[in-house]
Amino acid sequence: MSTAADSITTQEARYEYLLRLADDRLILGHRLSEWCGHGPILEEDIALANMALDYIGHAASLYEYAAEIEGKERHRDDLVYFRNDVEFKNLKLVELPRGDFGFTMARQFLFSAFSYFLYEQLCEVEDEQLGGMAQKHWKEIKYHLRHSREWVLRLGDGTKESHRRIQDAFNEIWTYTGEMFYQDLVDELLQDEKLATDLNNFKADWEELVTSTLEEATLEVPDFDQFMAEGSRKGLHTEHLGHLLAEMQHLRRSYPDADWQ
Amino acid sequence: MSKDENLKSNNDDTQWPLWEVFTQPREGKPHEHAGSLHAPDAEMALENARDVYARRKEAVNIWVVPSEQIVASKGEDAGPFFDPADDKPYRHPQFYSVPRATKRRS
Amino acid sequence: MEDSTKREAFQERIDKGETIEPKDFMPDRYRQQLIRMMSQHAHSEIVGMLPEGNWITRAPSLRRKLILLSKVQDEAGHGLYLYSATETLGASRQEVIDDLLNGRAKYSSIFNYPTLSWADVAVIGWLVDGAAIINQTMLARSSYGPYARAMVRICKEESFHKKQGYEMVAKMAEGTPEQQEMIQDAVNRWWWPTLMMFGPHDDDSPNSAELIKWGVKSKTNDELRQSFVDRHVQEAHTVGLEIPDPDLEYNEETGHWNFGEIDWDEFWKVVKGNGPMNRERLNARRKAHEEGEWVREAAEEYARKRKLRQEKVS
Repeated sequence: MSTAADSITTQEARYEYLLRLADDRLILGHRLSEWCGHGPILEEDIALANMALDYIGHAASLYEYAAEIEGKERHRDDLVYFRNDVEFKNLKLVELPRGDFGFTMARQFLFSAFSYFLYEQLCEVEDEQLGGMAQKHWKEIKYHLRHSREWVLRLGDGTKESHRRIQDAFNEIWTYTGEMFYQDLVDELLQDEKLATDLNNFKADWEELVTSTLEEATLEVPDFDQFMAEGSRKGLHTEHLGHLLAEMQHLRRSYPDADWQ
Repeated sequence: MSKDENLKSNNDDTQWPLWEVFTQPREGKPHEHAGSLHAPDAEMALENARDVYARRKEAVNIWVVPSEQIVASKGEDAGPFFDPADDKPYRHPQFYSVPRATKRRS
Repeated sequence: MEDSTKREAFQERIDKGETIEPKDFMPDRYRQQLIRMMSQHAHSEIVGMLPEGNWITRAPSLRRKLILLSKVQDEAGHGLYLYSATETLGASRQEVIDDLLNGRAKYSSIFNYPTLSWADVAVIGWLVDGAAIINQTMLARSSYGPYARAMVRICKEESFHKKQGYEMVAKMAEGTPEQQEMIQDAVNRWWWPTLMMFGPHDDDSPNSAELIKWGVKSKTNDELRQSFVDRHVQEAHTVGLEIPDPDLEYNEETGHWNFGEIDWDEFWKVVKGNGPMNRERLNARRKAHEEGEWVREAAEEYARKRKLRQEKVS
């Protein structure tokens, strides 16, 4: 744990906590939005866009709240367009390129399952605004979980090719799942004040849901205790994030004085 | 919309079977035909229906039915098939006159 | 094969303004023309996702990103409604999509132009959707029930598309000098291709008379184009944008705007597949279709297996 975090205030912790939540959702929404117009079938194109809209929408509310907590009169868009790679606190899991549909759905399922339990608990925090947001968004997250879980079953227990592809996806992505449960002083400080939730509360539930789903899908469950990537909550990312941000931010940064609404 | 008889069923079709979607706009209202979509099975048809026909929150409940299960009367039947009702005006609400205030409430 | 009394009765129904439903008698040619027109319309919605989709990841604000993404998603929905309506005529979605991917079917040529700047997204919403609404409002009264109903639904959803486009245009037109330059440049590039969306002059439009006789269309290409010009010249002037047409002039007598001649060589070149983005657009559709094949197969195989298992249990 970094020494800088030792002197963190509640306000700073809350800002940081909201950023982590928001960045995860913005970056995953970005990856999902890349499918728009390129999905495997029309109906699924629409479903993927719906999830992207949900995530970016959730991120927008979180950024707005984060900017308010920060108290520097910044707009939510400032947080999206004018922070650099190391200032982004999203998981590496969500910044990985979209890959094939199997990879997209494997990631979607793992993250949706995590979000499902996380938001269920966030509904209970003693932060009215965050709790209210969580309640509002939980319904959509439940649907993401249902949809992605259905796809894991279909691809796992579908054809030989789909089985191979989604098994490969899970094997490849597994090392990025450990970070979901990373906690540091930010979490601990807020947990003491009941402003955040302890991720350990539902780690076992998450593992059980993931295990049972993969087994039902006739897939092998990779080892939960294998080497896990780390660092993203401190701004240490894969090389993919820089390219993503370059694309996302370039127009806005090229004309910093322009109002785009 | 009922499907035409000469709709071909093609085994190589990679667009999945066709389903008809019925949505209930509000509680207490009847389900109405919203349109069709393609899905491999009922669960996916329901999920797709939510995304396609209720993404603006147009529905509180959804039915999906395989299109091939819909049996429709023929357009040419319109005369004989529906005519019997013509001489039963009491089947139609316009048949009854009700006090104005009641009408407005209904 | 079709007896002439049936055909006469059909025409009578059309003339009385009745709606034709899938199981009703219809002349083969009516069916074929509708399949052609409706599937082209559906393809246009789907290919039309690409030029705007090109900017989703780069939208300059979260609000704009959400609006654009939901707009492009709507277009997928509209394509879906239209393919479904076409299926009621006996043309499966697989068949008509195959026709598109094999280059046998057409779609609106406007989508064969590239979106080179963010302002193009604004101008597409304003001009291209503006043109589409004029066309679709007419088609919502079309004689074929499923087509008309799909159009009613689409028009409802699309009113927001044009509105958001014009809002962006207006905002950029009063923005920084760079924004103003960007938006005028986009108008310059999209104005003429948009006018081409209404198709050839009435004299060169072999299908028009027939489609009007059958109540599929109620206005000619040139009539629709004129109402587009009248409306959008006004809107351009309101926000201080110029229309790139030196011959544009208000005609006091007719109350309409006179405008210059379309470059028909360019029109036919793009229609025949040699526009700036024809190959790229089709390749993108083919790629999505081919890369999605294993996914579609897997879902079907899973459904088959599950059904088998259920049958065994019962």
